Amino acid sequence: MNGPAYASTLELMSGVILVCAVVTLWRRSLSAVVKALAVQGFALGAVALILGIRQHDAVLIVVACLVMASKGAVIPTLLGRVVTSSPTGREASPIVNVPASLVGAAALTFLAYGATQPVVALIPTTAGRFVPLGFATLLIGFFSMVVRRKAVSQIVGLLLVDNGIALVAFLATAGVPLLVELGASLDVLLAVVVLRVLAAQMWSEFGVLDLDQLRELRD
Amino acid sequence: MLALVALAVPFAAGIASAMAPWRRWVGWLSTAAIGVVLLCGVGLAVRVVHGLPVAALGGTLRVDALSAFMVIVIGIIGVLATWQSVRYLDAEITTGRCSRRHASLYSVLVLGFMTAMLLAVLAGNVGVMWVAVEATTIITTFLVGHRRTRGSLEASWKYIVICSVGIAMAFLGTVLVYLAALHVGHHLHANLDWTSLMAVSHQLNPGVMRLAIALLVLGYGTKVGLAPMHSWLPDAHSQAPAPVSALMSGVLLTVAFYALLRFKAIADGALGVAFPRTLLVAVGLLSLVIAASLLLSQRDYKRMLAYSSMEHMGLIALGAAAGSRLAIAAVLLHILGHGLAKGVLFLTSGEILHTEGTSEIAQVRALLVRRPALGGLFAFGLVALLGLPPFSLFVSELNMVRAETEVGLGWAAAISLLCMAVIFAAMMSHGRHLLFGAGPDGERAHKTPAIVTVPLVGALVGCAVLGVLAWPLAGLLRAAAQVVAR
Repeated sequence: MNGPAYASTLELMSGVILVCAVVTLWRRSLSAVVKALAVQGFALGAVALILGIRQHDAVLIVVACLVMASKGAVIPTLLGRVVTSSPTGREASPIVNVPASLVGAAALTFLAYGATQPVVALIPTTAGRFVPLGFATLLIGFFSMVVRRKAVSQIVGLLLVDNGIALVAFLATAGVPLLVELGASLDVLLAVVVLRVLAAQMWSEFGVLDLDQLRELRD
Repeated sequence: MLALVALAVPFAAGIASAMAPWRRWVGWLSTAAIGVVLLCGVGLAVRVVHGLPVAALGGTLRVDALSAFMVIVIGIIGVLATWQSVRYLDAEITTGRCSRRHASLYSVLVLGFMTAMLLAVLAGNVGVMWVAVEATTIITTFLVGHRRTRGSLEASWKYIVICSVGIAMAFLGTVLVYLAALHVGHHLHANLDWTSLMAVSHQLNPGVMRLAIALLVLGYGTKVGLAPMHSWLPDAHSQAPAPVSALMSGVLLTVAFYALLRFKAIADGALGVAFPRTLLVAVGLLSLVIAASLLLSQRDYKRMLAYSSMEHMGLIALGAAAGSRLAIAAVLLHILGHGLAKGVLFLTSGEILHTEGTSEIAQVRALLVRRPALGGLFAFGLVALLGLPPFSLFVSELNMVRAETEVGLGWAAAISLLCMAVIFAAMMSHGRHLLFGAGPDGERAHKTPAIVTVPLVGALVGCAVLGVLAWPLAGLLRAAAQVVAR
């Protein structure tokens, strides 16, 4: 892959990841949100693939395929099942409404550019320039976990955080060592499975998937 | 070799427990396995206390005095908790709340938890340590939800969501440390081993390391139960079965703190002590203030103990902020002393919950008259926890305050003493309500079986011996403090 094409594809894919994060804030339909998450997973895999091809790094290419399979296919399918099994597949009443959330996302993106100055300064490569996009995705993930009250929305927020971190890891260091990478991906997959099991228990025992209904424990 | 045995024995015992529906011997098998771990910890400590660190599996596992100390802590609290688990499961099965299959799942999960915690402290590599800590998050979720009530479901949900976010931040911090290590010198080559990170710590890029240590303190701090990401702690501790609460309080929180200690040493090299110190003082004081204010009006005795764990984690964060050898040795002693005292209290409170059927402070009276053994254990546990002599928490708290004053953190030490005074008053008043008063007329004192009381008495005696003589751990504490202190 030659220089300009490499840079622009990488930029496009990193941009798609951030756009998907914003889409999860914009759309209220949970199935649309899960689709955006799948697209984001594929884009993340594509980033790793581009870097792997560019650097002739076979390990990174394998990791890229694994990321596409788990974050682009397996995890969205798991989440999709929860969404279709519950009748109200919409985020009915987020604490912050949609226009305000989008403004919040813009502010967080600026914050991400500011906070990552030292990181970008340290990395001389083209890929390093896109690190703020990963941070922005991560912050939007936090934001959506705070303002959304559906169980599924919170899992989506967690996955946004995780995808943001993975993007930073790929762009900044071309991936952490393989053992750690595999362990981390496996842990995320397991966490989603556990959350799904808990959501199913919640649904079957109490008939709600809304976290506002869970308020037994407080001081 | 011993390190491998310490990992393999609980793992193998876990697989063995998965084979059959639960019988009492399955429970004792867990206790025996953790007993072996404790012996391995002692063996490792004897080898590394005066000598060089031991490595196994080509450096994947690495044991120095600090990890050996943590193995001993995990072993002691683990033996206590698995011992009481037998009784907990017995009671759950007799009352029909839990099937034998479900009970054997509990044993498997506890052993899995222990294996992951041991891997975290034995790993020579920060990445592997992270994976192990994250694995315990997932395992503990099921342990918290083991009783399958509405409250425990809510607690497990909060626990896994908040801790996953926290641990994700810790991962980002780890990635940034790796990035900084990659850009040391001219060749792009680095790994995530403790030893190599410590060796290059002075050359790590300060800008990146500042961001990294902030994320690590916040991230691992979530699992330690430090503010501002502490809100999972009271729910998870109060809803989990009592032995699991003891394990979380004594092992889970402190292993996450162990990770912080290691990273702090690296950050000290890259940034100087001031920045990491400010971070730790901030989260430590905030945790103390929150714990003190919520303890005042606490109505549930398990939640009371949970907030007290938050208090003690705040105290050791302040101790680590001071960072001198004296401070770190006191922090480590405090970790063990708190684990013992809090373990005794949680396990006693599990027994109280089982016999009284409520965890509300207002509904339990006159334990000293009605159940002298349980009441006595609770009373002495409380005395130990509140830092009165002769127990070791007195010594460690005193030395932490001394070390903080020496490095110019006297003002923080003063605030912490004030919070401790408030907490002392609050817990004494709750404790008085639980323990004293006249029992109902005609009710005879209930006996508590010796199998419950003996290990708990042993733990309290151990805590007192440590407080008076610092024997047999003084040498190990000194060696362990040297690993991470400046």
